[in-house]
Amino acid sequence: MSTEPDAPPAPSGQLPVVTPARVLAGISLAVPVVALLWVSSYASLTPRLGGIPFFYWYQILWIPVSALFTGSAYLLLNHDARQRKAARGGAR
Amino acid sequence: MNHGVNTVALVVFVFFFLLVTVMGFLASRWRRTGNELHLHEWGLGGRSFGTWVTWFLLGGDLYTAYTFIAVPAAIYGAGASGFFAVPYTIIAYPLVFLFLPRLWSVARVHGYVTPADFVRGRYGSRALSLAVAVTGILATMPYIALQLVGIQAVLDTLGVGGGANANWFVKDLPLFLAFAVLAAYTYSSGLRAPALIAFVKDILVYIVIIVAVIYLPMRLGGYGHIFDAAAKKMSTVNPVTHQPVGSMVSGPKAQWGYATLALGSALALFMYPHTVTGVLAAKSRTTVRRNMAILPAYSLMLGLLALLGFLAIAAGVGKGVKGYNPQLAVPQLFAGLFPDWFTGVAFAAIGIGALVPAAIMSIAAANLFTRNIYKEFLRPAATPEQETKVAKLVSLLVKVGALVFVLGMDKQLAINLQLLGGIWILQTFVSVVAGLFTRWFHRWALLAGWLVGMVYGTWKAYGIASPATKHFGGSSATIPGIGEIGYIGLTAFVLNVLVSVVLTLVFKATKTPEGVDETAAADYSAEEGDPELSGAPQPVAAH
Repeated sequence: MSTEPDAPPAPSGQLPVVTPARVLAGISLAVPVVALLWVSSYASLTPRLGGIPFFYWYQILWIPVSALFTGSAYLLLNHDARQRKAARGGAR
Repeated sequence: MNHGVNTVALVVFVFFFLLVTVMGFLASRWRRTGNELHLHEWGLGGRSFGTWVTWFLLGGDLYTAYTFIAVPAAIYGAGASGFFAVPYTIIAYPLVFLFLPRLWSVARVHGYVTPADFVRGRYGSRALSLAVAVTGILATMPYIALQLVGIQAVLDTLGVGGGANANWFVKDLPLFLAFAVLAAYTYSSGLRAPALIAFVKDILVYIVIIVAVIYLPMRLGGYGHIFDAAAKKMSTVNPVTHQPVGSMVSGPKAQWGYATLALGSALALFMYPHTVTGVLAAKSRTTVRRNMAILPAYSLMLGLLALLGFLAIAAGVGKGVKGYNPQLAVPQLFAGLFPDWFTGVAFAAIGIGALVPAAIMSIAAANLFTRNIYKEFLRPAATPEQETKVAKLVSLLVKVGALVFVLGMDKQLAINLQLLGGIWILQTFVSVVAGLFTRWFHRWALLAGWLVGMVYGTWKAYGIASPATKHFGGSSATIPGIGEIGYIGLTAFVLNVLVSVVLTLVFKATKTPEGVDETAAADYSAEEGDPELSGAPQPVAAH
């Protein structure tokens, strides 16, 4: 994940490198990438939405959806960073 | 194509242009933090930009005038395949979310101004750093030139400077003036000028796009009708190739190309020096991470903008014109259907949309030259003041170079080189991004990988012909071993990684010296207020 994967092994009292929050954040970031690279899943003209073929409105719809996923990853990692700080006893 | 001057539109256009010119010069006093002679001040705006300034700056930086012209032009010309720009900008943010905060932190701790600075510090290799810097400069130059192509399309449609009969001086004078002004305020204000102007540009662009996607379909009989007209055009058979001119969805044979182009472009996006400059100018690590979640707002705009290519088809723009230049499709769509005053607003959005990225790109190229060539090889004893002076001069030179390029040479060459630049810049990804996570790779292996990627990408792209050009006519070729058509840049990138991995194993086995790493693990997650930053160089005045 984006924070210190090559940090030295955590001493006792600290959180492990892999936490549920980090895993969830990783999944949140991976979902839009996989969905958009899987072109055959949306290479279709129908159903149309307001006259716009599926191919176009589906990809445009993914823009706000991907922002939600990235936003979730941001919040999850913030939460994770705060917990790490607390686990260090707020020494910094 | 000169139907006389559209006076109302021209007046509105000139008004906005003057407005941003004044802002550009005043920007040097905006958020000034002190030691203005230091390169951090001129070249990174004092590393002081908060979430919203960074958002406007990066938005103004990533979505350039050329984007506004070229993306709808691609849709206009070929349909679905041009829409790859949308998945490209969607997947870019989750991908860069992983590494940009680390780049910001390590650059903040060690005072790095360019990606090549980081490579130098991480691997202790001047050669690798030079490779990254030169690639960055080479990829940026044609990109700047293409911003001029964007302004030219607008000026042509406005009826000034255009026309094949005008003599070259009258023809190019408006463009020349626009660039002279741009060069002057970039010189005096540095990165602050585009950061301030980006507010105007982005707000104008949002207004224009929102009005365009609501108002124009009403004039054109609704989206259903628009897409029917587009489908009809795409299915007509090209008399030369005996193939349909385009398609409305990516067919089974085009899907690899669509996906690899999106992925490769997304990986390359934040390797460009001008985007890195925008990121490093952020005030804090949190600013960078927040922006990855809010920048997709611009992608939404891009998605809607892309549809304008179809609107232009439905409006009959360029219909029946032999050898029609699709880059004029959107400007002519606006000029034909908007009231004159709003055409002026729309063209101002595109014109200013060229100035912001051109300024940032020239600053980024100047930073690279100054830090990684001038100070590294020519004058190691240069003081920060001298660095700033050289960078300012180089930013001028870069812009003059781009201008000469566009005026003196074939525009097609600039387009070819920009395409090649995308393939090239992707080859710096392994050195920079892998370096942010691990020191496992050997510096010489990375250099060899870079070289293989560059040579392969250039060679492959050279062999592609298109109706417009004999070489560099496209960016897709058969992927060796898979047999599908895919983005050359991504294939070259995979080769680059393979060579880097294999040679790293070889160099490690032969115990070749690895170079000194001046960074520490904690540097990569340092945030404002952490002890790593207390000893950090510049910007001292920001505190």
